[in-house]
Amino acid sequence: MRRGEVHALLGENGAGKSTLMNVLYGLHQPDEGEIRLRDEPVAIGSPREAIGLRIGMVHQHFMLIGVMTVAENVVLASEPRKGALLDRGAAERRVSELSERFGLAVDPRARVEDIGVGQQQRVEILRVLHRGADVLILDEPTAVLTAQEAQELFAVLRNLTAEGVSVIFITHKLREVLEIADRVTVLRRGRKVDTVSTQGATEASLAKLMVGREVLFRVEKEAEEAGRPLLEVEGLEALDDRGLPALRGLSLQVRAGEIVGLAGVDGNGQSELVECVTGLRVPAAGTIRVGGREIGGAGVRGALAAGIGHIAEDRHRRGLVLPFNLAENLALRGYRRGPLSRFGLLSPRRMRKRAFPLLQDYDVRGGDCDTPAASLSGGNQQKVVIARELAEDPLVTVAAQPTRGLDVGAIEFVHRQLLEQREAGRAVLLVSLELEEIRSLSDRVLVIYEGRVVAEVGPDASDEELGVAMTGGRAPAEA
Amino acid sequence: MSATGGGDGGQAPGTVASRLSGYLRGGGVLVPVITALLSFLVGGVVVLAAGSNPISTYRAVFEGSGLNWVFPWLSAEDRTLAALNLQQTLLLTAPFILAGLAVAFAFRAGLFNIGGQGQYLVGTIAAVWIGSSLGDLPALLHVVLAMLAACAAGALWGGIAGLLKATTGANEVISTIMLNWIAIWLGVWLFSVGGPLHSSDPAQESVPVSDDVEPGARLPVFWGDPELQGLHVGLFVAIGVLLVFWILLNRSVTGYEVRAVGFNPDAAEYGGINAGRTYVKVMLICGLFAGLAGALDVLGWQFRIATTDVQISQVGFYGIAVALLGRNTAVGTAVAALLFGGLINGTSVRNLDPTIFDPQLAVNLTLIIQGLIVLFVSAPVLITLLSPGRLVRRARGRPAPEGTA
Repeated sequence: MRRGEVHALLGENGAGKSTLMNVLYGLHQPDEGEIRLRDEPVAIGSPREAIGLRIGMVHQHFMLIGVMTVAENVVLASEPRKGALLDRGAAERRVSELSERFGLAVDPRARVEDIGVGQQQRVEILRVLHRGADVLILDEPTAVLTAQEAQELFAVLRNLTAEGVSVIFITHKLREVLEIADRVTVLRRGRKVDTVSTQGATEASLAKLMVGREVLFRVEKEAEEAGRPLLEVEGLEALDDRGLPALRGLSLQVRAGEIVGLAGVDGNGQSELVECVTGLRVPAAGTIRVGGREIGGAGVRGALAAGIGHIAEDRHRRGLVLPFNLAENLALRGYRRGPLSRFGLLSPRRMRKRAFPLLQDYDVRGGDCDTPAASLSGGNQQKVVIARELAEDPLVTVAAQPTRGLDVGAIEFVHRQLLEQREAGRAVLLVSLELEEIRSLSDRVLVIYEGRVVAEVGPDASDEELGVAMTGGRAPAEA
Repeated sequence: MSATGGGDGGQAPGTVASRLSGYLRGGGVLVPVITALLSFLVGGVVVLAAGSNPISTYRAVFEGSGLNWVFPWLSAEDRTLAALNLQQTLLLTAPFILAGLAVAFAFRAGLFNIGGQGQYLVGTIAAVWIGSSLGDLPALLHVVLAMLAACAAGALWGGIAGLLKATTGANEVISTIMLNWIAIWLGVWLFSVGGPLHSSDPAQESVPVSDDVEPGARLPVFWGDPELQGLHVGLFVAIGVLLVFWILLNRSVTGYEVRAVGFNPDAAEYGGINAGRTYVKVMLICGLFAGLAGALDVLGWQFRIATTDVQISQVGFYGIAVALLGRNTAVGTAVAALLFGGLINGTSVRNLDPTIFDPQLAVNLTLIIQGLIVLFVSAPVLITLLSPGRLVRRARGRPAPEGTA
């Protein structure tokens, strides 16, 4: 690690990236080995000592206090004081000064809960800089950002390195590594595979280092003849959580043996559509038929019984009960029925007996039936969700952002599973913000805009074509 | 972790009750043991400040609880005394177990049931009403009927709070506290002179007390002298309910739903669980437990209720401390109930030698220790500050954020 460079740390979920960084930041103690900083071996016993050594960390999940202002959050735990009181003016001046020097524009007086995620991340970075850090650790900083915000972050990082700050950038997105990093260290299963310069590296070469074998970026698939419609949505209207219309007469069809991709800018009714189809939201009008059966308003159990599988957008909020063990999580859809329960009593033995082969088949690593879902890596958690949903043998699988936050190996796995559903003559509705993913998997691409399907294009439509439709422009003639 | 702390690895933020409940089950058996020890330690400082010797005081409290009965070396005379004391301790333990379960079960669904006291009180009212009337019923039927009536009354009281939560979103903490007061004043009205359940005995004409429970509706004493408030079979009822609680929570479809809702209501909904219906079900069951506790006291040793009993009763509130210390598990609740039963009995004026500790202060010692336990278990920050880092991380129940955790 050199002064003033951006050093990326790349690895699959569970490869040990976060653990390594937690050791550097003093959250975990190493069992063996030593850490050298500025040529001297150091022992980092706690985050406080790490801060003393001018190491700063920005976590994936921000640790900010929403009701406090930006300035108050930045100086927290090392406040400029006026007597026993916080010197607010000095704090605000300090924040302005820092943000000017490093090109991180934020309003020091804004309340953190009122500003966007990208801005909040800047506050985190400012806080670390305020404490004098010159080694900055960023743990998957782009996971929560839009593409635009990510670009802004990269600009900030370039400013920081120009000022002599070194940045460790943890990620599993290959494109970002090539874009921002000077050098990259690849980890696999807790070991360093190699450290290479990004000059001359390609996505394919990095992916190979990371996974240990060649990775297919384009999904190969046979042309399939689409069969009868399994999911038919007609004139669907629904309100969002604030009571505003989110779906305004949306219609779509997914036939047996096809994957239909739903592309769109976030917040155009995708979540509401997914919730209506999976029974989580009651539609205000319109019909939803699964295999010819009407399920609108039948609730989650009704949708499940009709043959809907749901890979939820947020596996922590919806898809998993994190403190439950894997056997319990795998039972979330089927615990009410035999063989998992009889006469209102659960059988942990039969739950395990059912879970064990699923964990094998879906290659879930890092835990067995009795491991809490919380302790698995993101990719393995997603495998658990997919195992559970596909084990119900659904007619229609609704996959919402199924690869969000996953590494290339896990993404490939998820894609293969969806394609297998297609080959088995099932229907898949894929909702994703990743155009690349939609294009490579879908047989047809529908574009959603303001609660309606506004265009249908083929999977080989260009970015421009999709972009125009997604922002409400007239789509060009069918590709 | 920086001073802001609290970043909880991305789990959906539950209610305060569910987070507290999760924390309570996080750190193995160590946290409650440390909690109890700390409470006794601080209590000892208070004893010292009051001018007594804490070690001999605690020894006297222990002997007063009758728990020394288990020591094989006691003389016959000491053993007789210890047996009497232990009977009294267990007499308190049985309703504490049930009141504790009433709080613990709600905790597991992410609800904070402060209403154990009200549910307990309506249980006592129903038990004394059925127990003192219907005198010509066969004994077994009568006692069972009185217990069922108490369960139903408690379940109704808890169910109201659950229904309000499910339909209007009313916070169960507020509604159960209000229901406590309704139960208290209902009891005072029923048993006061001229009230609907006021005693028909001419000798009690001016005393605000209920009729006596019929002999046939009393729980039989199995250990000790029935005339001297021996130990009744209600203890076995409580132990049986502990077993039911464990099976219900860990081995039943309902318990799965309760735990899922408690951990993550959104994921529960995704699994097809109706959170509102679960809240009602949970509060019905909690009320049932607390109501049954009321039946044990009325049918086991009180046999009548005066308006003052209604006003000073604390059993339901002890249930909160029992559940907190017992970490909302079956075994923990049993142990914590025994601890509180022993503590209260051991510090009762009757049991504590005035030369060792001023009996007037003794009752306050119980309250101090109880208060400290509630304080220590409810203030995770304190415990985490006082415990080694490893424990903290275990209490969080997860390793460091990993991948996209």
